[in-house]
Order: sequence, then structure tokens, then C-alpha cells
Amino acid sequence: MSAREDILGRIRSALRDAPVAPQIPRAYRTSSELDHDALIHLLVDRLVDYKARVCVLDAAEVPERIAELLADARSYVIPAGLDPDWTAGPHFAPDGDRRRVDSVSAPLTVAELDGVDAVVTGSAVAVAETGTIILDGSPNQGRRAISLVPDYHICVVNAADIAGILPEALRRIDGTRPLTMISGPSATSDIELERVEGVHGPRILDVIIAR
Amino acid sequence: MSTFLGMPSLPVFGTGNLHAAESFPTAAHRELGNAQLRANLGHATHTIRDKRLQVVSELPDWEQLRDAGSAIKESVMARLPELLEQFEQNFTARGGVIHWARDAGEANDIVAGLIRDTGETEVVKVKSMATQEIGLNEYLEEQGITAFETDLAELIVQLDHDKPSHILVPAIHKNRTEIRDIFLREMPGADPALTDNPAVLAMAARAHLRRKFLTAKVAVSGANFALADSGTLAVVESEGNGRMCLTLPETLITVMGVEKLLPTWQDLEVFMQLLPRSSTGERMNPYTSLWTGVTDGDGPRNVHLVLLDNGRSAALADEMGRSALHCIRCSACMNVCPVYERTGGHAYGSTYPGPIGAILSPLLTGIESEENSSLPYASSLCGACYDACPVKINIPDILVHLRSVDVDSKRGKKKLPSQMDVGMKAASWALSSGKRLGLVEKGLPLGRLAAGPDHKITKLPGIAAGWTQSRDIPAPPQKSFRDWWAKEHHGPETGGTNAPARGTARADAHLNAQDKEDGA
Ligand code: SF4
Repeated sequence: MSAREDILGRIRSALRDAPVAPQIPRAYRTSSELDHDALIHLLVDRLVDYKARVCVLDAAEVPERIAELLADARSYVIPAGLDPDWTAGPHFAPDGDRRRVDSVSAPLTVAELDGVDAVVTGSAVAVAETGTIILDGSPNQGRRAISLVPDYHICVVNAADIAGILPEALRRIDGTRPLTMISGPSATSDIELERVEGVHGPRILDVIIAR
Repeated sequence: MSTFLGMPSLPVFGTGNLHAAESFPTAAHRELGNAQLRANLGHATHTIRDKRLQVVSELPDWEQLRDAGSAIKESVMARLPELLEQFEQNFTARGGVIHWARDAGEANDIVAGLIRDTGETEVVKVKSMATQEIGLNEYLEEQGITAFETDLAELIVQLDHDKPSHILVPAIHKNRTEIRDIFLREMPGADPALTDNPAVLAMAARAHLRRKFLTAKVAVSGANFALADSGTLAVVESEGNGRMCLTLPETLITVMGVEKLLPTWQDLEVFMQLLPRSSTGERMNPYTSLWTGVTDGDGPRNVHLVLLDNGRSAALADEMGRSALHCIRCSACMNVCPVYERTGGHAYGSTYPGPIGAILSPLLTGIESEENSSLPYASSLCGACYDACPVKINIPDILVHLRSVDVDSKRGKKKLPSQMDVGMKAASWALSSGKRLGLVEKGLPLGRLAAGPDHKITKLPGIAAGWTQSRDIPAPPQKSFRDWWAKEHHGPETGGTNAPARGTARADAHLNAQDKEDGA
């Protein structure tokens, strides 16, 4: 008998008392009543609590802010589908110079990514209550590796994409896409429970909330 | 859903790191002598405990989430064969490959075979309870394959040739100075000027593992959840080592117990709220990765999943004990357990320590496994674990149930009544009547004699010896509460010096009535 048949048989045999699957009580919250401003306020509060750096700007101010944040980076990577306005203008080097562009059809190698100082991505959805940003691999966020290997992640969140609580956010997402949920920069508490930011993932997370 | 029509089979128990090399009382006795361990543990468990309480109290619907989580898991167990088949179909349809493993040995063989097929001799690993349970690292080493643990705590434990002692923070028993010494001793190229500052130590680990991450071709992971309706796997972590392993290599091999399924994508919204708050006491862990089979151009091209039984079907067959399989390995129960806090995780022997380990390990191995049969007694039954458990596993009830299974199985083996049987009979005789208890209590001063001048009993005879093996018992009081009460109050009728309140009069009346009922 194959292991598969064997195991399924054992499980069926273990369930010979025929337990009935209960109704799932879903009395927990599935939406929050927060208004637009309150959502932004809460998300900022939670991100700061996780030692992320945050600013809230009008959409038109985003490119200038990104340029400022990138000023010290010798090189940076963007996904090919990033909003072109965000990195347009005199401060941004042309492709191939300081700027690398990554896509599924023309991916950078891991070694190339390791040589890059920073990454700029968009995001799919954010959760205000938990300070979580979800990337779903859409063209403005790119492959999972680009937001992982560089030491510094600049992430733009559209205010319209902020959900109040986790159920609201997950209901807006296609679960079969490659997903990354990010809450603050990488961190460890393995030594005497003292939190240290930045172990293997990006050490610095800068979030720009665009109104 | 297909109905099972075959003969009911006997439970097949799990193998691997589920057994202690020695019994809990023996191991606990030794561990209790380690004051450093107790200090480290006490600090750590109290810190997480306080954080957990705080973030849990932020959620107005925490109890509703627990109710949902508990019901979802109960429904998973009831529908397990059907959900496994559904998951298999969806995962496979998206380019993943599923392997089934009856026990630890089979799972190890499958993983080693998959690694050999890639031609690699090194793999990076994400912390996983399932691979610890099957002893994968040790097995791979025998096969000439080196597995590098990449979670900081796992790395510390691995470098020190030690064993994890907590399921969430495996190096909880070590303090910063010990960790610095381990790094200096075992980490090639460690800076001799390394300090014991946690940030400095974390950066040393980063430097140590960076090259491994960037060049590894094969990674091995566990999974926190598997969603049947989409074929999706999830790994919850903090450091980014998980993301490194799950996305950079070409081949990803995941080992997961069959009980980790959730029926639908929607159920994730419940568990992603329950898990981080219960485990690290954070609103959300820094990183969660989800993948469904293979995605073109993003992440590993070869994605395997080993579905592990290893005693889970046997645990499922125990109608009272099966809810132990609801466990999402958050570790909240061990952080609140007074027994765990004093003995540490190593005393439990199995990969699964603490309250959940005390029920899960004997369920997976069978209570007849000698080393694990003492685990259900490693509890004060205070119930703190049940209150803390995000999926409401009634650990105290299952402990009591397993104790009775253990007693029955032992009784089945010997014909003569044991000391325990005799003792219990005597206790039931004495406790069933107030008069009899009073008589027995007259013997208390004898206990004081046994205690000696320091008023401590350090050695009891016979079966009770186990109790005094790792603790002293204070000598019994000079007189019983009953005698003291009678003397202080002289009863309501006689109007003693301390006039009794109404409640006490009722209590006395109640005692008298009981004596009469007993015909005493
Ligand atoms: S038994 Fe409950 S509290 Fe303990 S680790 Fe499992 S889920 Fe967490």
C-alpha cells in the first residue's frame, strides 16, 4: 500500500466515531468603523511602534521624498511596474547607472541584488490595526527577492489601500499570489527577549503613505 | 467525501525525537539544580507573558477569535481526509509536488533523496518543529548533507551542540554572555572583540549566514498553515531568514504535519490574529510568507511538500485527546506554566515541551512509551495553559484523561494492586467522611516527628518518594484545621470568644449533616 493510502486509511480509521464538523462561529470583527484619517493615523502609530520610519504626504510630494531618501544610496532597485512618476525627475539616475530595474522577464541575480543599497516598491494592501503591509508580487511590487536582499526598503502605501483590520485586508487579496506580509523591519528577540532590528531582511523600512 | 469501509486499524505511533532519554522526574530533578537556567527562563517567560496579555487585551473580539479558531480546528480534524485530498489537488495543480511520510524515518528518507537529486550537499533551514521532531538534521549529517539552521536561536543551539528548550525561542535558556562565548568558540571568523550586546551578536549572525543565504540552492522549511481551498502554504517568522530560504533557492522542501491544514483562505484571518499575539506578544510578526505551488519567475522552481503522519493519526484516534492536534505551536501555554518555568524545556525530553508537550508527546508515541508516560503528571493542573491557549485546547482535562489511560494500561500489565491503588483506596476511605478524616488527622504530629528539627520532610518512602525527589515538604502543622477551628470557635451553640459569622455556623451545620449522612 502506498504511504498516501496508508495514512489516509489510518486517519479514516481514527475517525470511526464520525465526529461532526461544527458550525464555525464567526462573531469576531470583520470590519472596522474607522474613517480615512483615523486609518492613516492608526497605521502610522503602529508602524512607528515597530521602528519603521513613516511619513504621510500628498501624492504629488512622493517623488521628491523618495529622491531625498535615496540621496545616500549608491544604487537602488525598482520593479519594472513601479509608478513611473515616483522616480521621474532630475534626482533619479537613468537606468543602468545608479538605478537597476528588475522584472520577471529580466531578473537581477541574487549577487546583483546583494550589491544594491536600497529598493523602492509599491504595496497591495496595508492593515492599520497591526501595522502590516502586504506585497502580492504585482508589477509595482516586483519579485519577492527585491524587497528582501537590499538593506533598505522604501515602501509606498496608497492611503486608499489601507484596511482597518486583518480580515478586511485579506479579503482584498488573492491568496494564490506569492505574498509577503511585512510589519516593520526584520527583527529578532532571540537573545534575552531584547528586540534587535535588522537581522537578515532589510534593516531599515521607510514607509511613505500617499494621500 | 469517501467513506472508510476497511477494517479499523490499530493506531500506529510516531518515532523520532518524541521520546525522552529519561523520564520527566529524573530530568526535572537535574534541571532544577540549574539556577542560571531558572533565572533566564523566569525572566523570559514573564516578559513574553506580560506582552501577550497587553496585546491580547487590545482586541475587543479576542474570545470570539478563540471560539472561531477552536471550531475551525475541530472541523479540520473531523474532515481531515477530505481536506488533505483537496489540498493535495490544489497544491499539485500549481506545480507543487506532494510526498506522504508515515513516520520520521520515511520523512527523513524522502527529504534526503530530494536533496541528493539536486546534487547539493548543503541546505539552509528555516526553524521548524516538524523537522526537529523527525531528527532531520542528524539524519542528513549521516548522509553527508550539512543543514544550516538560520533562525538566530536555532543557530545558537546548533553551534552549541545543544537542544532547543522552547518551541518559539529555542535558546531561551541561554543568556547573552553564554551566547557570546558560543559564537567565539564555534563561529568561524568571529570577531575576538565580540561583545555580549544583543545587537552586536545579531549582526555577527547576519554576517555568518549571509553568504549561505545568497548561494544556497536548496532550502528546507516547515509550515505554519496550509489552506486546503487554495493549496497555499504559510510561514510566520521575524528575522527574514524564512523569506531568504523560501524565495532565494531553486528547490524548496517543506515538511509539515497533516494536522496543520485550515479549510479556507478566510480561516487565515482568524489564525493570523491568534498566532502572533499568543506567541511573541506582538500585534503581528515582522514577516509572513505565503506561496501556492510554483510562481513563474518568483521564488523556487521546485517546490515539494512532505506530509507527515508520525503518530498524528494515533492521536486523532483518541477521542478525548485529539484536540491536542489543534495546537498552532504558539508557545503561550509554556510561558504561563509554573512547572515549565522551573524545569525548562529539556526536562520534557520530547521536541514538544511544556503543557502541550505533556499531552501531545504521549499521544503521538502512545502512553505505553515508558519515557513519556510520566509527562501527564508533570503539571499542577492549575489551568493557566487552558486560559492562554488561543485555540482553547483543554490541556488540564486531557492531562487527567491521559493519567487515567496510563493507570489503566499499567494496571492491565500487573495483577497485584500497586502502592498507588492502596494509597488511593485509603484516601477515598478517609476523605469520604468527616469523622474518618478527623481520625486520620490525629496522626499529623507523627509527620512532624518525621520532619525533624528543620520542619522539612526530604524523603518519603515507597511510591511517595517521587514527590520528594525534587522538593521538600514542609512538616504538617501541629494540629489539624478542624481541631484549630473547634478550639478557636467552640461552635455556634457554645458562643465561643470569637463569635462566629453566619457563614461559619452554616459550615459547621453542613459538616455535622455530612457526618450524619455517612451514618458515622
Ligand atoms: S497548546 Fe495552545 S497555547 Fe500551547 S502551544 Fe499549542 S496553541 Fe499555543
